[in-house]
Amino acid sequence: MKFSVMVSEGPYTHQASDSAYQFIRAALAAGHEIFRIFFYHDGVNNGTRLTTPPQDDRHIVNRWSELATEHELDLVLCVAAAQRRGIVDPDEAKRNGKDGDNIAPGFRISGLGQLIEAGIESDRLLVFGD
Amino acid sequence: MSGSKKFMYINRHAPCGTVYAVEGLEVVLIGAAFEQDVCMAFIGDGVFQLKQDQDTADTGMKNFSPAYRALGDYEVNRLYVERESLQERGLTEEDLMPLTWEDEDEDWTEKSSIHVVDRAQLSDLMEEQDIILNF
Repeated sequence: MKFSVMVSEGPYTHQASDSAYQFIRAALAAGHEIFRIFFYHDGVNNGTRLTTPPQDDRHIVNRWSELATEHELDLVLCVAAAQRRGIVDPDEAKRNGKDGDNIAPGFRISGLGQLIEAGIESDRLLVFGD
Repeated sequence: MSGSKKFMYINRHAPCGTVYAVEGLEVVLIGAAFEQDVCMAFIGDGVFQLKQDQDTADTGMKNFSPAYRALGDYEVNRLYVERESLQERGLTEEDLMPLTWEDEDEDWTEKSSIHVVDRAQLSDLMEEQDIILNF
């Protein structure tokens, strides 16, 4: 089956991104396809490479980046939600006159249309949130 | 794109206090461009999103409630409001802002977009959907 996932809560604060990650790994292991993972609301905080958790805890951001590389996943941060919360890629940093970017490897920034398209193109769209 | 799907956007939060209502509305307005079969549901504290005469001036936050009036122009014209949620909060349909759309099939007659439905009816409507997004 072709799945898409929306993650709508931030890492560490809420279990949503952990549950989404576990679901996606299990789905891939069972031979399913992941069309897209869309991060919205505080979920965009899953995509900042400046995240530095204690060494004895899971690194949620790196975990996403590694999974994206391993399975060629499409990780999308909503641009409007990301701008509000200070998550920028090099293009957004330049456009908004910021002195740096912080997007993590394997993520890209795009619009809400990517979420709707994911719903249309997938057999199921799962929401992991509060 | 592979045909039209039935989308329901469920709003469960009050307009202020958290970001869910305003960012949820952004999804609906952007999603309208995709010409899918779209409706919205307002349950729990989500019914407060449609309250008339919202005034956020003293909170320092933007009052985004006028944006709901644009929904009719985007052909989002089925807003289901749960009757029990209204009653539990001491509200009636008269407390909600009038939201309308113009039906081009009936000489642009203005019709109400707000439909107050029972919890059981809403449950049936949810069953019919392909995609349910919660905010």
